Amino acid sequence: MLALFYIFIAIAFSIGIWQVNKLLRFTKKTITDENNQEVLAFVQSEENPLATEKNNDLHGKFFLAFLIAFYALMAYCLIFLNDIMLPESASVEGENDDNLFFISFVLIGIVQFATQAMLFFFSYKYRGVGNRKALFYADSHKLELIWTTIPTIVLTGLIGYGLYTWNTVMDLSDADNPIVVELYAKQFIWEARYAGADNTLGRGNVRNIEGINTIGIDMTDENSADDIPVRELHLPKGRKVIFKFRSQDVLHSAYMPHFRAQMNCVPGMVTEFGFTPKFTTEEMRLQEETVRKVTGINKIRKAKGEDPYIFDYLLLCNKICGASHYNMQMKIVVEEEAAFYSWLKKQPTITEIVQ
Amino acid sequence: MSEHHHKETFVTKYIFSQDHKMISKQFLITGIIMGVIGVLMSLLFRLQLAWPDHSFTLVEAFLGSHQTDGVMDPDMYLALVTIHGTIMVFFVLTAGLSGTFSNLLIPLQIGARDMASGFMNMISYWLFFISSVIMIVSLFVEAGPASAGWTIYPPLSALPQAIPGSGMGMTLWLVSMAIFVASSLIGSLNYIVTVLNLRTKGMKMTRLPLTMWTFFITAIIGVVSFPVLLSAALLLIFDRSFGTSFFLSDIFISGEVLHYQGGSPVLFEHLFWFLGHPEVYIVLLPALGITSEVIATNSRKPIFGYRAMIGSIMAIAFLSTIVWGHHMFISGMNPFLGSVFTFTTLLIAIPSAVKVFNYITTLWKGNLQMNPAMLFSIGLVSTFISGGLTGIVLGDSALDINVHDTYFVVAHFHLVMGISAIYGLFAGVYHWFPKMYGRMMNKTLGYWHFWITAIAAYGVFFPMHFIGLAGLPRRYYTNTAFPLFNDLADVNVVMTLFAMLGGAAQLIFLVNFFMSITRGKKATQNPWKSTTLEWTTPVDGIHGNWPGKIPTVERWPYDYSKPGHDEDFVMQTVPLKEGEEES
Repeated sequence: MLALFYIFIAIAFSIGIWQVNKLLRFTKKTITDENNQEVLAFVQSEENPLATEKNNDLHGKFFLAFLIAFYALMAYCLIFLNDIMLPESASVEGENDDNLFFISFVLIGIVQFATQAMLFFFSYKYRGVGNRKALFYADSHKLELIWTTIPTIVLTGLIGYGLYTWNTVMDLSDADNPIVVELYAKQFIWEARYAGADNTLGRGNVRNIEGINTIGIDMTDENSADDIPVRELHLPKGRKVIFKFRSQDVLHSAYMPHFRAQMNCVPGMVTEFGFTPKFTTEEMRLQEETVRKVTGINKIRKAKGEDPYIFDYLLLCNKICGASHYNMQMKIVVEEEAAFYSWLKKQPTITEIVQ
Repeated sequence: MSEHHHKETFVTKYIFSQDHKMISKQFLITGIIMGVIGVLMSLLFRLQLAWPDHSFTLVEAFLGSHQTDGVMDPDMYLALVTIHGTIMVFFVLTAGLSGTFSNLLIPLQIGARDMASGFMNMISYWLFFISSVIMIVSLFVEAGPASAGWTIYPPLSALPQAIPGSGMGMTLWLVSMAIFVASSLIGSLNYIVTVLNLRTKGMKMTRLPLTMWTFFITAIIGVVSFPVLLSAALLLIFDRSFGTSFFLSDIFISGEVLHYQGGSPVLFEHLFWFLGHPEVYIVLLPALGITSEVIATNSRKPIFGYRAMIGSIMAIAFLSTIVWGHHMFISGMNPFLGSVFTFTTLLIAIPSAVKVFNYITTLWKGNLQMNPAMLFSIGLVSTFISGGLTGIVLGDSALDINVHDTYFVVAHFHLVMGISAIYGLFAGVYHWFPKMYGRMMNKTLGYWHFWITAIAAYGVFFPMHFIGLAGLPRRYYTNTAFPLFNDLADVNVVMTLFAMLGGAAQLIFLVNFFMSITRGKKATQNPWKSTTLEWTTPVDGIHGNWPGKIPTVERWPYDYSKPGHDEDFVMQTVPLKEGEEES
């Protein structure tokens, strides 16, 4: 019933708009009534449904104003929203990504500023006022050639650089002595497994899930014995990490924005991604952009009376996976290699756990 | 078409009509109703995003058992974004836009008495109507409507254990979409046949208005790609109901292993996006066609580069069928495929750039008549640029890794296909309203509608890019679970305020539209001084379109301000003067 009430209000409001608009067309006018006396009356002027010269003038100018306001919005977003952006890439591979992004962004920024300016400025400049005559100008092969060729050249460059970056990031074959980690997704929890001393993960399948073996490690596989399942992800700085992703129920996506890393976790198959962490968590906390962002966040949290936030790397789920999708996360700790190994040594292997 | 018309009853005239003009109105009004539902849903979830955990009576009023004390449930949030996407993409921007204007304009602009098959046309509408009804009914299912995202990726969409919306709600969604595809296919085939066969004397393909070209090509893309969605939907129905394993494998859920083995969700993604990406152009091309027509008429200038425009429409259409993989760069498919799709995807920027420059050049040295339709068309070019450019980031596989499925994507596609296409829809309605109802819409309300909408649209979607670049994933019920995103809360509030402003502005349109049907000023035969054939028909449309013979076409559709003529437009029916060259 309440819904009907809201709908009724919306309808009443809309009709109100129509009526007000009608009322606004009444103007005071002196007219002569039937007794030949001049009286002041409200007369409804007929609206001309076509744009008049006055309309053209006004809306042409509005477009110019809109352009200026739009420029202001773009400038505001570029300058002030800069503080909320992700800090520089925390992985070596991500640097390529950041460069490519910067180049692309500058390019599209230039095109955006230029074409919007032309569009709205022409809308203003050529608004139909004062007996303007349009120019009959239907074609120009020269112009067409120019604006087909220039985007083609620019895009060829972008595509080339893009593909180079993509292949660099996705090619895991030349990794030198990488650390192999499995990331395992299920509704709404992340788990991880290190490959252990043999650096080879044992086979896994959901049909092996039983009791404490929550990620379905195949215990008959000899590579499984030294695997180390964990609930918090630690990574060594400066070592290439190759991730193998699995999911036991629906699609998930392992998103590690600070490392410019993301890969879907697909039930029934193993997917891969790899990167080399560049800064430890401690180093990242001191990094200038991070400090700026965290300061901003803590200002907001303080106003709300919440505890201050300390920066940590995160793994988020970025593929809709159910009710608690919005809260499927795991902390990532990047530390120096020695610290990493001493942490890893303390973690029990799957064999120890099962026994 | 038979020459003598039977006396029509109410039912054959207004309900089971075979007249393309009536069918187009049916499509439009059904589309508008679906649009109201879709927009209302977006306002509800925008409230949740801006003020999570706050109680709203509005939420209480509309969500029934899917809310607790005025706060929506997480499942319902996902259902709202799912159905919002489905309704807006398919029901409003495909059927509402293409269905309306292809039906209205194809016979009128090519000089035909009706569609090739009026009966199929009627069937197409009624299938669309049934699918709309089923989609609306699915909103009232006890466990909630489909909520696996509008892309309905399995296994989430296949398993009710994973999300309650994947039970009855999802079944109805699939049935509704299967019927929708049938409707779309029947409609598209009809459009193609009509354009190819029923053109009047003199209407060569190179004399077709650009609207006709876009509708024609759109119909072809639809026929090529929609059946693939149907097959995906059918296979998913098999997986859900008959235990097959096309898309499912190795699943452990609710404490048990399911029997599925050997299927792959990635296969579904391929099938879905083989339609899903061309769908973007099915939505967008008609809007661009309408814009071409409106900009040329209101600039009093020929559209610049007519042939280049046709070429770019064809190029976009061709490329659109070989780029679907750019939605799947990080789906786990072979990275080499990613390279191929990056290449084809970025190529689309070239024909798109050609179109934009041609629009801008059409404005240059024109005599711009600022009718509401013109404002929306200029707005469309602006949002098409803003949204299209970020496509260069997203289409680049290396960059997509980090912005995939973030709000950057949401901002991108809302601007480039959502807002642009809806602007095209509005431009079309304002421009051809006199042809539909024989009356004019109110100009002043049209102006208010445009300016508020334009400000609100950028207010919502421009800042959205930046919260995406900050790493915020889409489809999150709330961002409060991550302190990392605390500083994005204010931006979300601003976006929601603009969304509410934009939603309110649509009330202006609704009242203008519905009141003008009966109370608008009577239209003249050719109010915008346009050149195309639809403006040679009588103001009160008649069955069969022209009372006497169908006019013959003598020239191309863009003779605006042509030197050597007294008026600044020459109808397509006017023969070339002696020594006059056709452009």
